[in-house]
Amino acid sequence: MSEAMQKETAVDAPAERRLNMIEAINDALGIMLDRDPDVIVMGEDVGYFGGVFRATAGLQEKFGKTRVFDTPISECGIIGVAVGMGAYGLRPVPEIQFADYIYPGLDQLISEAARLRYRSAGEFIAPMTVRSPFGGGIFGGQTHSQSPEAIFAHVSGLKTVIPATPYDAKGLLISAIEDNDPVIFFEPKRIYNGPFSGYYDKPVEPWKKHKDSIVPEGHYRIPLGKARYVTEGDQLTILAYGTMVHVVESVCRTKGVEADVIDLRTLVPIDIETVENSVKKTGKCLIVHEATRTAGFGAELSALVTERCFYHLEAPVERVTGFDTPYPHSLEWAFFPGPVRIGEAIDKILSE
Amino acid sequence: MADRPDTRSQAGSNKPALALHVPEPKYRPGDSVDYSDLDIGEAGGQPRPDEACDPKDMHELAFGLVRVLGEDNKAHGPWDPKLDPETLRAMLGHMALTRAFDERMFRGQRQGKTSFYMKCTGEEATSIASSMALAADDMVFPSYRQQGILIQRGYPLIEMINQIYSNKGDKLKGRQLPIMYSSRDHSFFSISGNLATQTPQAVGWAMASAIKGDSRIAATWVGEGSTAEGDFHSACTFAAVYNAPVILNVVNNQWAISSFSGFAGAERTTFAARALGYGLAGLRVDGNDALACYAAERWAANRARANAGPTLIEFFTYRAEGHSTSDDPTGYRSAQERTEWPLGDPVMRLKNHLIALGEWDEERQDEMDRKAAEKVRETTKQAEANGILGHGLHHPFRTMFEDVFEELPWHLKEQAEQAIKEREIKFPGGLKL
Ligand SMILES: Cc1ncc(C[n+]2csc(CCOP(=O)(O)OP(=O)(O)O)c2C)c(N)n1
Ligand SMILES: [Mg+2]
Repeated sequence: MSEAMQKETAVDAPAERRLNMIEAINDALGIMLDRDPDVIVMGEDVGYFGGVFRATAGLQEKFGKTRVFDTPISECGIIGVAVGMGAYGLRPVPEIQFADYIYPGLDQLISEAARLRYRSAGEFIAPMTVRSPFGGGIFGGQTHSQSPEAIFAHVSGLKTVIPATPYDAKGLLISAIEDNDPVIFFEPKRIYNGPFSGYYDKPVEPWKKHKDSIVPEGHYRIPLGKARYVTEGDQLTILAYGTMVHVVESVCRTKGVEADVIDLRTLVPIDIETVENSVKKTGKCLIVHEATRTAGFGAELSALVTERCFYHLEAPVERVTGFDTPYPHSLEWAFFPGPVRIGEAIDKILSE
Repeated sequence: MADRPDTRSQAGSNKPALALHVPEPKYRPGDSVDYSDLDIGEAGGQPRPDEACDPKDMHELAFGLVRVLGEDNKAHGPWDPKLDPETLRAMLGHMALTRAFDERMFRGQRQGKTSFYMKCTGEEATSIASSMALAADDMVFPSYRQQGILIQRGYPLIEMINQIYSNKGDKLKGRQLPIMYSSRDHSFFSISGNLATQTPQAVGWAMASAIKGDSRIAATWVGEGSTAEGDFHSACTFAAVYNAPVILNVVNNQWAISSFSGFAGAERTTFAARALGYGLAGLRVDGNDALACYAAERWAANRARANAGPTLIEFFTYRAEGHSTSDDPTGYRSAQERTEWPLGDPVMRLKNHLIALGEWDEERQDEMDRKAAEKVRETTKQAEANGILGHGLHHPFRTMFEDVFEELPWHLKEQAEQAIKEREIKFPGGLKL
């Protein structure tokens, strides 16, 4: 990346414009299509229709059919042609309709995109950003609910990014598209339309009421690999990303717990400095993710925290996660790591 | 971005510029639809080769359209399966029941009784008539749009509704999205949400049946959009290599959510013609003609059973309704497509055929439709007694952890205890589990 691009672009005059996460993503895609003629947006139903979640609505009309288009239903093909386009010099932004459907594309992603720079000693790169809605909480059953981020975090050569607010979604997506390495950009679909307290039986709060729905016009970046403090507190550190950031924040508020709630935003490369500083300060660390537990990203976080902060820890590192089952349909809320599971873990760790 | 090649290095050269083709359907919302250039051939116009025919000698059957029922509502030509009136009435009955069922379940979703539903309106013949051409113990590997097979095979409606409501009566324990049925007793493989995965599985089952010298064959159904997946092409290759006793049914309803069939290659060739490159027998069939569907499937079944080889059948039909309860097709296609569709409605066409035979009349049809609706309504009520989605009457929490493995390992035991403890906290004194 050139030096000019490394610099964070100043936020344009911040007009009070409130967007939900879909609108923010749409905004980022539009800006990048406009700024860089090499950006291509493609995927199943993304063209004329604008995507099943409407993330690409209006883009084909604005930028034309050779910039924004529908693809055959072949995730292997979608990622494979994105590798080829990248080899030519384009900057493709493929959408995989649901993270649960990314698996047919794994060979192209893991064996090809992720290793292309390495195996060609930098001759070829795969500067693609694979966007995909992930996570549960919409009664989507096991094929519209999964959180497979750990699979991708495990692959050397892939960056994994997960936004938790409209403001971040836009800035992170722009950074991901501009990044010269392949990025998996997982969008927590449960919070597309509003943050989530974890109480599924309460009405959905729209984004409008949330401070991070203020999304400036124009181009801005949020750097990859930088976490965000959601709240600050001395009692413990809570590491989360995506939907769980909001659930955690709401639980802490309800319980009156003062925690460093850290939204990781990027899983690879992780912002180890922020994590380390916080845990060394609080001496206690809780990790929360919706994905299944065994070999989940929480295991990596727990290892990192233990390796680097062991002598500062006052309690064992705790994990709150989904269960090690496929995402069930009717018992979705029994699977989901909601306020009860999180609350219990906080109590346990604070009692040490 | 200096570290990348200049993609516009050809600019200014006088070599011809390349251009990308992106398919576009003929009609979009508001357009008036004209199908007059669509060649649907003549009912009875296609030859019927011997079932042991070499795929090389049946090329034209992959491009034309096997049709039996004509404009005159009579059966024509060599593909007429010559079914007796009793069988035809049963076929019509299954189709009418499937349609009534779809109507009711769609409404149930709208009323908040479940999360999701998918209709097969207009495509009933592609599952029901074809399934009737198979033996009851031939194994089927369907997609999510072949509820007609279960209805034709006599799977109890209440089991279907329990599954759709994800309630405590659901044999799949509320684990699967509505309509993702499974019934081993009906030789009906568990439906996956991941497109086209069933196609190589059907080939594998058929290979196993051949390895064991069994007499049962396998059949799979897949949407035309899903044929783009690699799985489908692996299925074709394996079927051809091992001469597997399998039928690959491609339901070309012309739409895959908002993407027209051109995004699966239909601008260039037919889906049946895919067979040729693999060395499979290929048949292209009027999917709204129940007799043609039956005849083609029976031809392929006879061929498979005689070790004469696999067949790829394209059922040319039209998805009359939205993709699912989550979809609104008025946003991407012309409403006139459905009304102008030249191959009509499969239920109406079969009904009119029976009437033309003097074996049916409007009164009996009305009575049949009324009974079908009543049966669905009654069964729905019974199923509702087992609960609807999200209203507490579901399977016990511990069942969530069963069947991940044959036996529960220690970590799932711990997690099951955690789930039950959480339930106690959330609903103190609630249902004892
Ligand atoms: C592997 C995979 N990719 C994407 C999807 C999302 N999806 C569900 S149905 C569908 C369209 C399928 O169309 P088609 O194969 O024509 O079948 P039809 O719905 O018309 O019966 C898509 C893209 C999926 N379920 N699985
Ligand atoms: Mg289709």
